[in-house]
Amino acid sequence: MNGIQSDTKAQVRAFINENFIMGAKTVAFGDTDSFMDQHLIDSTGFLELVTWLEETFGIRVEDAEMVPENLDSLAAVEAYVARKLAA
Amino acid sequence: MLLHHDLEAWAGRNPDKSALVCGMFHHSYAEVDARARAVAALLQSRGVQRGDRVALYLDNGVDFVAGLYGALKIGAVFMPINPLTKEDKLAFMLGDARASALLSSGSLRAAWSGAVAQVPSVHTVICTEAIADTGNREVGWPHTEATTDFSLPPTIDQDLASIIYTSGSTGFPKGVMLTHLNMVSAGRSISTYLGMRENDRVLCALPLAFDYGLYQVLMSFRVGATVVLERNFSFPMKVLETMAAERVTFFPGVPTMFAMLLGMKGLDAFDLSSLRAITNTAAALSEKHIRELRELFPQATLFSMYGLTECKRVTYLPPEQLNIRPTSVGRGMPNEEVWLVDEQGHRLPNGSTGELVIRGSNVMRGYWDRPKETAERLRPGPIAGEMILYSGDLFRTDEEGWLYFVARRDDIIKSRGEKVSPREVENAIYAMDGVFEVAVVGVPDEVLGQAVKAFVTLKPGVQLTERDVIRHCLSRLESFMAPKYVEFVDALPKTDTGKIKKTGLG
Repeated sequence: MNGIQSDTKAQVRAFINENFIMGAKTVAFGDTDSFMDQHLIDSTGFLELVTWLEETFGIRVEDAEMVPENLDSLAAVEAYVARKLAA
Repeated sequence: MLLHHDLEAWAGRNPDKSALVCGMFHHSYAEVDARARAVAALLQSRGVQRGDRVALYLDNGVDFVAGLYGALKIGAVFMPINPLTKEDKLAFMLGDARASALLSSGSLRAAWSGAVAQVPSVHTVICTEAIADTGNREVGWPHTEATTDFSLPPTIDQDLASIIYTSGSTGFPKGVMLTHLNMVSAGRSISTYLGMRENDRVLCALPLAFDYGLYQVLMSFRVGATVVLERNFSFPMKVLETMAAERVTFFPGVPTMFAMLLGMKGLDAFDLSSLRAITNTAAALSEKHIRELRELFPQATLFSMYGLTECKRVTYLPPEQLNIRPTSVGRGMPNEEVWLVDEQGHRLPNGSTGELVIRGSNVMRGYWDRPKETAERLRPGPIAGEMILYSGDLFRTDEEGWLYFVARRDDIIKSRGEKVSPREVENAIYAMDGVFEVAVVGVPDEVLGQAVKAFVTLKPGVQLTERDVIRHCLSRLESFMAPKYVEFVDALPKTDTGKIKKTGLG
């Protein structure tokens, strides 16, 4: 389980690095840093993140689940995906 | 009457009333005014003078509001800048306006530190999380307990209050110069036709750097109402929760926000019975969305509006007209005259199609440092010495004089309610190695209104993917400007003179 979890985090981090962290600027962000506070992801970006999570993990993100508690940090996404996969 | 007098008046009249609600924090009128005085005193102590430009590069929040009123109190001119703006464009705007000071936050340091280094006029950066060792340019955000004495400047209502940058077809943004009179007049007209009152609670999830968001604060402070200020609209469910909990009465939005809401399930779980008005501008709502919004919020009246940064608002449709002429943008607002002209500038009768012109105290003083572009837009009006605004947009009128949008004269794309200059996106893509030619157009999109699409031809032997181009654009442009679609083609259509021809691309 631990292995799957850290794998989720690594995949999400890679997705963010690939798609949202721009140009040559290296931005370090921690597991619990808010994507919104750190200006890593904006409103369009969260929609892209949701689409990517659905495609990558084969889950369905319900409207009511589109909240910062589930989506606004690496740790939050990891926990959310784990809950969805376990359900 | 100056723009900041509203805040000062309510801070005296009703000091404990909530001016702003930001998450868990309620900020009273007295507190917001004290925060603004602290910013004013610090700016003045740093040498910022009447007429100097002060850039606000901040997320929605109390600091933005304190920053704008602080700048006004010492006679400075505030420049709101979208926090999505990247380093190069930020440097362009700061340099173009010859800004003296920048107000920003630690989380935006990566963008502003490089920009400020390129612009010598910026002698002061006030940062919410300052770091000590950056030399004497950067200072921390002032505490309200600090000395808040400053000398009052002799500002009059002809002085500039704000410069708001707007995308232009040249690819470089232009600074719209607005006086205190312009902004006070626009705020008075709009809040009058909306019927805003002291007991209103306005939900603002629009960026304060966008004039539609900014005026939610200016107008609420005019009538002594409360602004429930959200960071953004990233999490619509959270915004709805706040709307219900805070008993919001006004909800201003753009079509993209309404399309997102209408696509969501479970909205009936929120008690929005206090909502009494919904406003829409930036782009037209479809008739389908108008119908659905009215079904979803039967308790609220819906205002369709049309505006330009150059005069803030142009027209609104009185809600009782919505059933009769749902696609009309209405008519001029109080204390403003609008009409259509032909190519020679002659006034056209009802039932015609022509360019819309605007006459009123809300019309800008021109574009900062752009006499040529100013002369294209501001031209002599009916009374000697006065100037009226040529909108550049084509409208038609029906027999009763109600206005209907026909087309823009320029090629600006409206995506997510934001203006996107195709030239600016093309310039960014041309900066990629391997790109030979590019043409950027807007294509219809259910949620965005228009989506940005780039047609690209590559140099021989070069391989690029759609994602490469999008990522490159995201590194240089605000995210709403990055193409949603990139199509690689062998050649772009050309005119007889060899220019790229965009008609037919889509």
